[in-house]
Amino acid sequence: MRMNLEDRLNENPELKKQFDELDAYIDEKASQQGSLINVMHRAQEIFGYLPDDVLYYVAKRLNVPRSTVYGVVTFYHFFSRVPKGRHTVSVCLGTACYVRGGSTVYDRVMKTLGIKAGETSQDRRFTLDLVRCVGACGLAPVVVIDKDTYGRMTPDKVVTLLNKYA
Amino acid sequence: MIRNQLLICAGGACITSGEKSVKDALVEELARNGIQDEVQIIETGCMGACDLGPIVVVYPEGTFYQKVNVQNAGLIVSEHLVKGRTVPELLYHGPTSEKKAQTSEEIPFYTRQVKRVLRNCGVIDPLSIEEYIARDGYFGLGKALEMGPDEIIKTVQDSGLRGRGGAGFPTGIKWKATKDATGSPKYVVCNGDEGDPGAFMDRSVLEGDPHSVIEAMVIAGFAVGAATGYVYVRAEYPLAIERLDYALKKAREYGFLGKNILNSGFDFDIEIRIGAGAFVCGEETALLRSIEGKRGIPSLKPPFPAQAGLWGKPTLINNVETYANIAPILINGADWFRSVGTSKSPGTKVFALVGKVQNTGLVEVPMGTTLRELVFDIGGGIRDGKKFKGAQTGGPSGGVITADYLDMPIDFDTVKEIGTIMGSGGLVILDEDNCMVDVAKFYLEFIVDESCGKCTPCREGTRQMYRIMERICDGKGRGGDVEKLKSLGKVIQLTSLCGLGQTAPNPVLSTIRFFEDEYRAHIEDKKCPAHVCKHLLTYSINPDKCVGCTACARQCPVQAIGGQVKKVHVIDQATCIKCGACYEVCRFDAILKE
Repeated sequence: MRMNLEDRLNENPELKKQFDELDAYIDEKASQQGSLINVMHRAQEIFGYLPDDVLYYVAKRLNVPRSTVYGVVTFYHFFSRVPKGRHTVSVCLGTACYVRGGSTVYDRVMKTLGIKAGETSQDRRFTLDLVRCVGACGLAPVVVIDKDTYGRMTPDKVVTLLNKYA
Repeated sequence: MIRNQLLICAGGACITSGEKSVKDALVEELARNGIQDEVQIIETGCMGACDLGPIVVVYPEGTFYQKVNVQNAGLIVSEHLVKGRTVPELLYHGPTSEKKAQTSEEIPFYTRQVKRVLRNCGVIDPLSIEEYIARDGYFGLGKALEMGPDEIIKTVQDSGLRGRGGAGFPTGIKWKATKDATGSPKYVVCNGDEGDPGAFMDRSVLEGDPHSVIEAMVIAGFAVGAATGYVYVRAEYPLAIERLDYALKKAREYGFLGKNILNSGFDFDIEIRIGAGAFVCGEETALLRSIEGKRGIPSLKPPFPAQAGLWGKPTLINNVETYANIAPILINGADWFRSVGTSKSPGTKVFALVGKVQNTGLVEVPMGTTLRELVFDIGGGIRDGKKFKGAQTGGPSGGVITADYLDMPIDFDTVKEIGTIMGSGGLVILDEDNCMVDVAKFYLEFIVDESCGKCTPCREGTRQMYRIMERICDGKGRGGDVEKLKSLGKVIQLTSLCGLGQTAPNPVLSTIRFFEDEYRAHIEDKKCPAHVCKHLLTYSINPDKCVGCTACARQCPVQAIGGQVKKVHVIDQATCIKCGACYEVCRFDAILKE
């Protein structure tokens, strides 16, 4: 049988630290109306993704039904229910990138990493995402890896770029 | 003593092009020459000419250096600042002009612009509230507090300002309706969920001049009687969120936000709410639900947000660019605002010029400017000498403006007449290499992805349209498909619940209207005239160019290419799956794509 969250927190100081951090953020935001989305953003930053435990915990702390939390998390693209890789590669397929060859870049990334959008490579090195415009249209096509944006991409350039991320 | 200022563009595109390392190189070079105390480095918001980045401008001369990199950044210091001579290799040289441009005033991209919304972008340090104030910042607020709510609203109404988010609804009417609505508290909301792919003006304003939005929201709060404001920003814009957050703190410190603003007794504060990646949240009722922490599902209007918005209370909601217009209107008056633009769409409009145009970037021009001026005079024409085919406006809700309408003055109403919308101002320029059927399919796929699922016409209807588009592009189009798309599109327009669904068929209907022959070519001749749709292409090998290197045969995933080493290869058309792998791998341009 699965242990309850409290017991697991007592056993795992690392996990406890993460939940404490989330707790502190919720305390700070508790007085704000409708802070659920902001709290989920913070939770994803802390945990890297949003497992059931976190969803249940937030529901309890914010006093909203679990179904509401689940509904919100699954509605928005930004929230992930599965663990992500060490690096997130987001290929932009907004219009400007698309008309300047973004899909050839995307195809090459898929081929190189062997995964599709929304998937994570076996070795957890990369998670591949498709995004619809990051607002750097002047330099289309654009690829974002973690927090860095790279412009004027080509299929060949993107492969070189990926190799820089271990 | 500061003798020179170096303005470095720290807009999104220039950061991507390496602005940070250029700045570091400049700092290092200044120190090496011992003049770090004489020269001030200022990182500004977006200067607009994204294609020329990273950009460094040296003041007081205003010398405009473009495409600066780590290697040559030092020259600006060692040559310009130390020896007093410009660095010719970093100056802009237009394709048609005889000599190089010294300042931005000599570059056609800039000379035709009228910067009102972008008045401070690229001119001031967005992190410095002092610089904003020095450019008449918060002067509009001071004036507004003296004018009182009725006069503020009258001025906004008289100015004729229309919502820059897309629909062009008169801003003053919204303000008045919110003020007159019963119920309290009231709220002021800024829609910064710039979801239209290809548009980034709101991002640039929030990053480059965040105080202009804050000031306008305080004015709006005072005018409609609200004490709380929310700025809803896309999660895709972390830098905008960071700079806005900092600006809010500074505004509070200086007494422009919080309790008893400028000793007027008026209290107002602003919170940031971050989106989470849902295009539908750009629709105002969906956005309000998202601020409430719920799924972004739109609701039927009326009631309008002005009557029942956030938590059911009267709410004023305007877009970033609309707010950025407010303070100058109050300072200079309604007549000043109307002095440019057209009579029904006064003022300026910021366009994001992207796609196949030479000079990509952000431009602000008077309403009524023609597409020809935008694409050819400011944009420098089409890349690689190709032919202009059309400009897609309004993102997935809009349509295409074709070459026939290059001389039509663009404002809210003229674009509507030809079946598209102004939208937020994204102008995606398409050339002869773009397939209009493919572009329309691209937008539909986007909509299918982003439809919230609440109403059937949008959820199911767009999916059906997409299936038809898909089979057309796959070479399986049937007679009558165009008619089916038209009638389905009409139903979706008329019966969808919110703006997303009502406009979703626009890209398809608009491209059918102007490029029906391309649709027919796909369906009847099974040909893609622009050579884009993969399944309608045939790959063959030019025997004159093939050297028999076997690269293509090795790359082919289905062994469709035969031939011996150093002999001409041949593609078996029956086996070929048209993946294009051979085309990419061939180093001798021997693969023909038709």
